[in-house]
Amino acid sequence: MIYHITDNLSKAIPLADIPLVEYAALYHDLEQRLQDERYHVAHYFARLEEGQLRFYLILLDDKQHNILLSSHALDYYDEVTLPSLTALHPALHPFEREIAELFSVKFGSMPWLKPLRFSADRLNRNSTIDNYPFYHIEGESLHQVNVGPIHAGIIEPGAFRFICNGESVLHLEIALGYQHRGLEREFSNDSNRLRQTLLAENIAGDSAVSHASAFALAIEKLTDFTPSEALIIERHIAQELERMAMHIADTGALCMDVGYQLGQVACEALRTMTINTTQAWCGNRFGKGLIRPMGTNKPLNSAKIDMIRQNVAEIARRYEEVRQDIKTSPTLLARFEQCGNVGRAEMLRIGGVGMAARASNAPRDIRLSHPYGLFGKELQHESVIKRQGDVMARLMVRCREVLQSAEYIQQLLNLYSTATATQQPDYEAKLTPEALSLSLTEGWRGEICHVAITDKQGNIATYKVKDPSLHNWLALALAVRSEGISDFPICNKSFNLSYCGHDL
Amino acid sequence: MILPKIKVLLSHGKQNIPDLNKVELSEEFRGRPELTITDSTEELEAAAALCPTKAITTSPFTLDLGRCMFCGECALRAPQNIRFTTDYRLATTRREALVITPETRQVEFHAEDVDDKKSKLFRSSLKLRQVSAGGDASTEMELNATGNVNFDFGRYGVEFTASPRHADGVVITGPISANMAEPLQICYDAIAEPKLIIVCGTDACSGGLFANSKAVNREFLTRHKVDLWMPGAPTHPMTFIDGVMNYLGRKKR
Repeated sequence: MIYHITDNLSKAIPLADIPLVEYAALYHDLEQRLQDERYHVAHYFARLEEGQLRFYLILLDDKQHNILLSSHALDYYDEVTLPSLTALHPALHPFEREIAELFSVKFGSMPWLKPLRFSADRLNRNSTIDNYPFYHIEGESLHQVNVGPIHAGIIEPGAFRFICNGESVLHLEIALGYQHRGLEREFSNDSNRLRQTLLAENIAGDSAVSHASAFALAIEKLTDFTPSEALIIERHIAQELERMAMHIADTGALCMDVGYQLGQVACEALRTMTINTTQAWCGNRFGKGLIRPMGTNKPLNSAKIDMIRQNVAEIARRYEEVRQDIKTSPTLLARFEQCGNVGRAEMLRIGGVGMAARASNAPRDIRLSHPYGLFGKELQHESVIKRQGDVMARLMVRCREVLQSAEYIQQLLNLYSTATATQQPDYEAKLTPEALSLSLTEGWRGEICHVAITDKQGNIATYKVKDPSLHNWLALALAVRSEGISDFPICNKSFNLSYCGHDL
Repeated sequence: MILPKIKVLLSHGKQNIPDLNKVELSEEFRGRPELTITDSTEELEAAAALCPTKAITTSPFTLDLGRCMFCGECALRAPQNIRFTTDYRLATTRREALVITPETRQVEFHAEDVDDKKSKLFRSSLKLRQVSAGGDASTEMELNATGNVNFDFGRYGVEFTASPRHADGVVITGPISANMAEPLQICYDAIAEPKLIIVCGTDACSGGLFANSKAVNREFLTRHKVDLWMPGAPTHPMTFIDGVMNYLGRKKR
């Protein structure tokens, strides 16, 4: 057997249980397996272990709801060339690029061997972000447009290079890494668990709850802790509030970019209401301070439950009016429809995840395929799927998900009982030594995957984070092909990807 | 179609905050902490040891807001010593003023530090260029919010602009990643004199969680004098609005 089979609810896996196989065996298995859309790779990374470079692969089986783990190794000084998996399945490009950047591993016939994020730990110090090797096309009728790294609005940095044929975009390349803070390394630099929790909250500020939840789950799997139902429900409510807030914000941003002020300001006000609900619960508009490993400092009480119930109902009511308005405004539809298309086959090929994938009829949704918490139990989740794969489809997925999340929050509040004893967070709990713990959650953008590997003393030796943006940036680049360059802003907003989540 | 639009308008009514000087935040909000010395320092020592950015010193007892992530965990460990208030008026002209002591009853705003020329010139119109240099998007979103329909800071002539050529200053968020060090400098150089530097968020004030990361390069702040320091994780829109209004001499703390 070349895989160890587990699932999203199981405890951490002892490192000794993870099969160490020949690369050729894994390569041939993945070559076949990844042709079936039920499989996709959640993470693939390398780390140094006693003089060798060990590669860990985490494969998800959406149909059987299983997680398949495997690994292969290279002697650190081996100069072998590994045949590239990206050449067969482009979805693996960010993983192979990261491994090549950090360890100078050679991948044979890798079609897009470019630096991923110019990590502070990269081996080649001559490779710097200001000499990123942009793709180049010669031609009399072509011109290049460079945007960034600093963009026009108040937004994170990234360099976009368009190759245009007149007004229409022939090719877009996105160079990232400007936001790189050395985040993954900080997890193992200091064993202060509270500090690690705050790091998780700061992976991407707009997904603070989702990333902190993934961290908390990864830690809890390394202990014998079982969360109470109340704690599980609180985490769900916080995550659905975050989903609502960001989907509403992006609805407003899309309206702004087509000059529709009413939609913009209505959504601004609704987002304020949503994040102020989170603030009234936990003191922070982004839910920072709310999610803690093995407990909470901010349990719900009856006053807060009533406040959330009322606010969420009112937000849903008003947002539904905004949605009806958008759907019946021909000038908006003219901009949103048939713009920024990414087809289903293309989305699956590049490994797109989350709401962007669902808008292209690619059913990637961790809540359904690898349920956590109450999903698959008290919460019977149904994915919102659209077929068209255009800006409008992504907007409509957002709209439906806001209303769905509002519905879930009401259901969860009905299940919540204030009678349950509150669990306090525990920052001292001993972790299982020499084990691999992984957690998957569905943030508002999509699949979030955290992996923690502990050493002999039970400290975190390696922490790996995957934000859905890692996959979906390529989807944006493909969406704008053959669109007018003036449609780039709405294509961009329809994805709203994270720069810091990618750059780490 | 006009009917759905009327519905949206009616449902929302007026959304702007009528008087920005009278804003009070929810009681859960963690703003300026108040410190109290007690005979036993046991709890305080535990809180200081847990602090993820080592913002607390025990002798003398101080708390550096420029490093504080406002997680509030210290106040749970040492409730006798540390209590977070809802006071969002945290911006100041001096980095040292962010270090608070048991005597601190408000974050001092040293009006004497303000360059008269700048505050006069920018009093009724201040255009700012925001640069995120490793920020996690939360402070950035809060800065966006200062201009939204609720806060509407534009009513005082304070707005964010796209081009540094049109700007009177730069607002920096994030710990300043090494990969952004050069673009930040280029952007700053493109702004005409006289110009402001505002650092926004705990990450920007001290590096925050990334203060010791080798992926961060904070030389920019040693080369240039900062006009306004604004802590917060993220900085609340009201902290930003209050700080700028104080700087422009349109408000006194």
